[in-house]
Amino acid sequence: MTNATMPESATADLAVPETIKKVSIVISKGSFEGVYPGLIMANGARMEGIEANVFFTFFGMDAITKKKQDRIKVATVGNPGLHMATWLGGFPGMSAMVTKMMKKKMEELDIPPIPEFVEMIADTGAGMYACKASVDMFDLDKDDFVPHITDIITVGEFYEMAAGGQIVFT
Amino acid sequence: MTATIAGQTIEVDAEGFMQKPEQWNREVGAEIARDSGIGEITDRHWQVVEYMRDQYLETGNAPSIRSLGKESGVPIKELYKLFPKGPAKLSAKIGGIPKPRGCI
Repeated sequence: MTNATMPESATADLAVPETIKKVSIVISKGSFEGVYPGLIMANGARMEGIEANVFFTFFGMDAITKKKQDRIKVATVGNPGLHMATWLGGFPGMSAMVTKMMKKKMEELDIPPIPEFVEMIADTGAGMYACKASVDMFDLDKDDFVPHITDIITVGEFYEMAAGGQIVFT
Repeated sequence: MTATIAGQTIEVDAEGFMQKPEQWNREVGAEIARDSGIGEITDRHWQVVEYMRDQYLETGNAPSIRSLGKESGVPIKELYKLFPKGPAKLSAKIGGIPKPRGCI
């Protein structure tokens, strides 16, 4: 770091790192490892003062569905990242056990459980939306979702909302 | 690098985060707040800034936004009203502690 002495009110000329201004994040998967990255990115965007929208589609909607949001589990079958034999991953209770271990680790890192995290992100002012096509397909309505959901919107409305920002699909 | 804030020479990083928390006082904090677009700092802002600073001095780490919302006495919604450009980052800056590097 250089040793430059600055004139008065020097903080005005400081280099604030440039970031994007707006992000719209799609969460499409209903597994533990499918839901968290999108939530962490949405919360992280708000922490940086970046405008954020989260669009939950397909099984990603489990994260905002009252009856399902605290029952989301790590996929232990067909998940090569776990480096676990498929037959072992299919054992009864295996998914629950791995999920429990992961939740414990996350709690230590102060990463909230999904229901709390969804509420927290809504409280940051991020827009939280359910996908209309998926809502119709799964025969759901607004009452099935947690109250922090802003609206049920179409894909077209999502793109309108995403205008002028970046889209991240997870 | 150094900057002159509230008439004092202060060690800062390239973004203006103070590198030596012991150089901080409320006048310095109030000036950083004005320069960061907060305007005149209120008691509610101070409550967050002081919690942030105390936690850092006590533990060596800035608290997460989750604990800031749960334990500072100012809930998440209000945190974002007070510090629209990022509550954790800005309250750390105003509180004279280094930039927090947590993801949560």
